[in-house]
Amino acid sequence: MRSVDIVSTAFRNAFRSRLRTSLTVLAIFIGAFTLSLTNGLGTGINQYIDDTVASVGVDDVMTVTKASDEQPAEGPTEYDPNQIEVENGPPGQTATALTDADIDTIAGIDGVESVEPSKSVMVDYVQHDDGTRYQLSVAEFVPGMRLELAAGEQVDLDAAEPELVLPESYLEPLDLGSAADAVGQSVVLAVTDATGAQVTTEATVVGVAEPGVITMGGAIPNDVLTQELYDLQTTGAPEAETTRYAQASVSFDTSGGATETEALQDRLADAGFTGSTLEDQLGTITAVIDGIVLVLNGFAVIALVAAGIGIINTLFMAVQERTREVGLMKAMGLSSGRVFSLFSIEAVVIGLAGSALGVLGAVGAGQLVNGVAGDLLADLPGLTLIAFDPVSIATVVLGVMAIAFLAGTLPALRAARQDPISSLRYE
Amino acid sequence: MVSPLLSVSNLHKTYGSGPSAFEALRGLDLDIAEGESLAIIGRSGSGKSTLMHLLALLDRPTSGSITLDGTDTSKLSAKQLNQTRNSAFGFVFQQFFLNAQASVLDNVTLPLKIAGVARRERLARGMAALAQLELDDKADNKANDLSGGQKQRVVIARALINEPRVIFADEPTGNLDTATGAVVEDILFDLNRRRGINLVVVTHDEDLASRCDRSIFIRDGLIAAREAVAA
Repeated sequence: MRSVDIVSTAFRNAFRSRLRTSLTVLAIFIGAFTLSLTNGLGTGINQYIDDTVASVGVDDVMTVTKASDEQPAEGPTEYDPNQIEVENGPPGQTATALTDADIDTIAGIDGVESVEPSKSVMVDYVQHDDGTRYQLSVAEFVPGMRLELAAGEQVDLDAAEPELVLPESYLEPLDLGSAADAVGQSVVLAVTDATGAQVTTEATVVGVAEPGVITMGGAIPNDVLTQELYDLQTTGAPEAETTRYAQASVSFDTSGGATETEALQDRLADAGFTGSTLEDQLGTITAVIDGIVLVLNGFAVIALVAAGIGIINTLFMAVQERTREVGLMKAMGLSSGRVFSLFSIEAVVIGLAGSALGVLGAVGAGQLVNGVAGDLLADLPGLTLIAFDPVSIATVVLGVMAIAFLAGTLPALRAARQDPISSLRYE
Repeated sequence: MVSPLLSVSNLHKTYGSGPSAFEALRGLDLDIAEGESLAIIGRSGSGKSTLMHLLALLDRPTSGSITLDGTDTSKLSAKQLNQTRNSAFGFVFQQFFLNAQASVLDNVTLPLKIAGVARRERLARGMAALAQLELDDKADNKANDLSGGQKQRVVIARALINEPRVIFADEPTGNLDTATGAVVEDILFDLNRRRGINLVVVTHDEDLASRCDRSIFIRDGLIAAREAVAA
């Protein structure tokens, strides 16, 4: 029997008992539908986090701070002249500052490709065209960082001229017009130097950032602008003051994988520093989402296993019904292997029908949910709640077909082992 | 004398083992010449069906040999046995064993499908076989919609389609009324005479047996009597 005949016969046999097959297909549909939908939910949310993460930082950079000395269990903590206030954290929390010597030490640690001290800049105000002055926070741009832009482009780190990306919310107050109009205009930034005098500098707006979930709400300067602001801010400060940094960004090679990254963190810890990657910082969020998706997927898989038992049941009934037909075909010279193929392919056909319908249904339901979610979650622009990628769709369909095949083996084996004579006598 | 098509010597077949063992055939010898029609007669439980199953290579004997065309069939692999049954034998059973939901044409071409013949050729040969049995106008009907006689003619068309050398018929007229049964008998004996296809018929029916070239009576697993009918 030719393969094409086996497949087409199996296909026709699958739908010989329409009601029975339809019910089994329905059971698989429910499992595949749920699995696709929960997968889509995980994909959608993780995609959103990935996009947001790319705008916060990049995965081959870790933030390094000096490890604080152990606090004494009792009594007051000894004063440390190098202690400075932590930038990102509860007010009042302090950390030990990094000095130039520390930066050199970090640069010398195995696995560190480059180290860049974070220069924290406090901008007093931003002003456009002698208009109203507004407060502005300035974040640091890390190479590889990608902001969601409404217009313009990312800052060019190597540009010779001072550039910055402004948050969209500043356009109207600063009277910059639309996002497209704002690109190319220049704004004035003011800082207070160490002597208490306020000084200003100009920078060109090269892009306008959309608000994101972990948006810093601040402007992103390029290196030239950061350096310029930092220089202005530290003018007149004692030498020791200008070479103290709250933290440093360390670039490392990610090709070594998680173990290599952990080893680098251990080496940093041995040297008295704490290194945390973006993953460490966002790890909790993604871990929670992955956990939820895993649990939901677990339920879907339970549904699929139940559907698999439905396939076993359906096929056992089919084998029973076709006992004499199988006997006749074997008498006419059909090999046991072909009989096995006939029934197991029939199972796969049922699995394919159920999973294809389930995936299609999930994509349709996903569109509906996204429409509703777009209105409910308007605060999270750029969020596609349920996203489908071809790989996970294909995985669901192929996975269900594999489950169906496994479910079909038992009945198919029974059919293959049938003895033609007793099958023909079967009443 | 030409060597026989099928030759059986000292054939034993035992079902089960130990005290419950049942010896269905006990040392049976039989030669079937090329082009011969043979009736196997006996009561139920006499071993006649067992003999037919062994001759048709549907089962293997406990001991003894079956030679087909000079080849010892015990030396054939499962695949060769399947191929032999598919290409050399045709089967007509008392129950029709038709796929009720499939078309008459699909039922008739089943052996060709099993043999791996391409669809186009299957259809052509199927129509030719149906035409021989004057059923070509029913090709697209469902097998279920036919009368008993028509069904048995479909079964004969199916048995004929791979141009077999032997047709094994187990009570071929058992389910038919006398008139229809006579028509089916005529078709089978006509095939035997004109195309030289061997007929091996298992039956209770003395009239049917008497139309065969030769009848053997099986009793308790042995041939009790032979009777040659003058042609």
